[in-house]
Amino acid sequence: MSELVSLTAAELARSIAAGDVSRDEVWDAYRERAAADDLNAFLWLADAPPEDAPDGPLAGVPFAAKDLFCVRGVPSQAGSRILEGYRPPYTSTAVERIAGAGAPLLGKTNQDEFAMGSSNENSGYGPALNPWDRARVPGGSSGGSAAAVAAGQVPWAIGTDTGGSIRQPAALCGIVGLKPTYGAVSRYGMIAFASSLDQAGPLTRDVTDAALLFGAMTGHDPRDATSLEHPEEIALPTATDLRGVRLGVPDDVEAAEGMEPGVLERFRATLDAAQELGAEVDTCPLPHARHGIAAYYVIAPAEASSNLARYDGVRYGLRVDGEEGLLAMYTKTRHEGFGEEVRRRIMLGTYALSSGYYEAYYGRAQRVRTRIADDFRAAFERFDFVVTPTSPGVAFPLGAKVDDPLAMYLNDFFTVPMPLAGIPAISIPNGLSEGLPTGFQIAGPAFSENRILDAAFALEQALGFDGSGVRQARRRLAGQRGPDVPEQDEDAEPEVPRR
Amino acid sequence: MIDRAEVLHVARLARLELSEEEVDRMASELSAVLGHIEKISELDLEGVEPTSHVVDVANALRPDEPRPSLTREEALAEAPATAEGGFLVPSPGA
Repeated sequence: MSELVSLTAAELARSIAAGDVSRDEVWDAYRERAAADDLNAFLWLADAPPEDAPDGPLAGVPFAAKDLFCVRGVPSQAGSRILEGYRPPYTSTAVERIAGAGAPLLGKTNQDEFAMGSSNENSGYGPALNPWDRARVPGGSSGGSAAAVAAGQVPWAIGTDTGGSIRQPAALCGIVGLKPTYGAVSRYGMIAFASSLDQAGPLTRDVTDAALLFGAMTGHDPRDATSLEHPEEIALPTATDLRGVRLGVPDDVEAAEGMEPGVLERFRATLDAAQELGAEVDTCPLPHARHGIAAYYVIAPAEASSNLARYDGVRYGLRVDGEEGLLAMYTKTRHEGFGEEVRRRIMLGTYALSSGYYEAYYGRAQRVRTRIADDFRAAFERFDFVVTPTSPGVAFPLGAKVDDPLAMYLNDFFTVPMPLAGIPAISIPNGLSEGLPTGFQIAGPAFSENRILDAAFALEQALGFDGSGVRQARRRLAGQRGPDVPEQDEDAEPEVPRR
Repeated sequence: MIDRAEVLHVARLARLELSEEEVDRMASELSAVLGHIEKISELDLEGVEPTSHVVDVANALRPDEPRPSLTREEALAEAPATAEGGFLVPSPGA
């Protein structure tokens, strides 16, 4: 890995501004790495940076966007065959803002179809692979963004989080992922999954980069009526300790389904590290959080079944026409264009909203959601943050959970309650278990991103994960506190399964 | 918990075509997921308001003024079939 590619995005921005390195050099270095992508992380690559790229704080620092961010004239398919080759006539606000700060768009990244999945195996274009072990999933749904950042194919990327889709892949790929407060980033131009939960955010090598990129994305947008002006200017984190910071640990962390001992051990070690930095750690009751999965898998599919009704072969995307009239065109188009998991969720959502079941499912789920939000409100009266492992396990082998949807859903146990409550949360690298990355999650009240980033930064410094690429991180962690980790042959020919 | 007839009913509502084999698989997979979801029926939710929006905001209003939007050509550019400046679809009566 060349010197240039080992810089974080913030360092790169400084080097470019200081004239130590040119924008073209940076573009060429990353364009070459991304073009050699053997992780199936990218679905589309730009040939050249935009000619009219403005000067700005992020000038010359390339970024990647999850496929579901609409970009004018650029394939924007949300990982779905039903949108294959779709080139939108407009650009999403998140992409527009980052580009407006001077960052050129390097490419669009792979994802689970319509962001439905925790492994990237639901992509219509074959799964992205985990750079730590190519036989394993990168997590999902923003798996392509996480894999590309972790493998140093791009300095940073954006994704979306509906039930954990930024934080879980960040954890499984050993990088930082921030899900902002609902409304902090405009959803305009994001291909919708579940509109009351979807939120865009950064996937980056370190916490400073997460703050920098989030700061560029956030803000009120008249084109998204649910977007809000962040009450605070987003600052780069500076905290060096956690003195006086109260961390609440949900009382059922250890009993969580699928909780791996190695992940739990890393989580406990970081709680110790936090205490050494001055934090107070105590148990925190969140009695309804464990019902998050059940509520989520009613609400998200219900909203999805409505949002995805638009894919009918009329205005854009795939049409399968059997000459049997309009209704047959709808059903054939949707049968051919949607993958299995998307069809399953549309079915689940349609069932939950159908006559006679609405109150039993959707109505109850929305009440559980209120309870979960109330639990967090009560917790934040006693604690500054709630902390958990991001995912109960490390990256699992490709194919391990595809035949068991429920097992796949339970993977979201720790990440689902936050979007249900609309609150922000970050995942930071938390050392290795069985040679694979684990994540530490910090959640705070609405609009507490500055405090979350500061706490994450203090922990990051103490844990010694400097984020300069997988190989270096692996060596560092192996040397300091992880188990012996064999160097992987990064030149090995990968097997990319395709559907 | 959810049988073939219900799967077919819901598929029709969702405008999805399912193969015979998919109908059976969907019935068993949806039943497993719904079994987990049923756990929330044990909770006492008497008097709890359903969440309608997670962040406390009132109505978002803007002046009702005409603004430029997509041209007809732009709006039709990605359509699978067009005719006379509109979207062309198969006959609903066929």
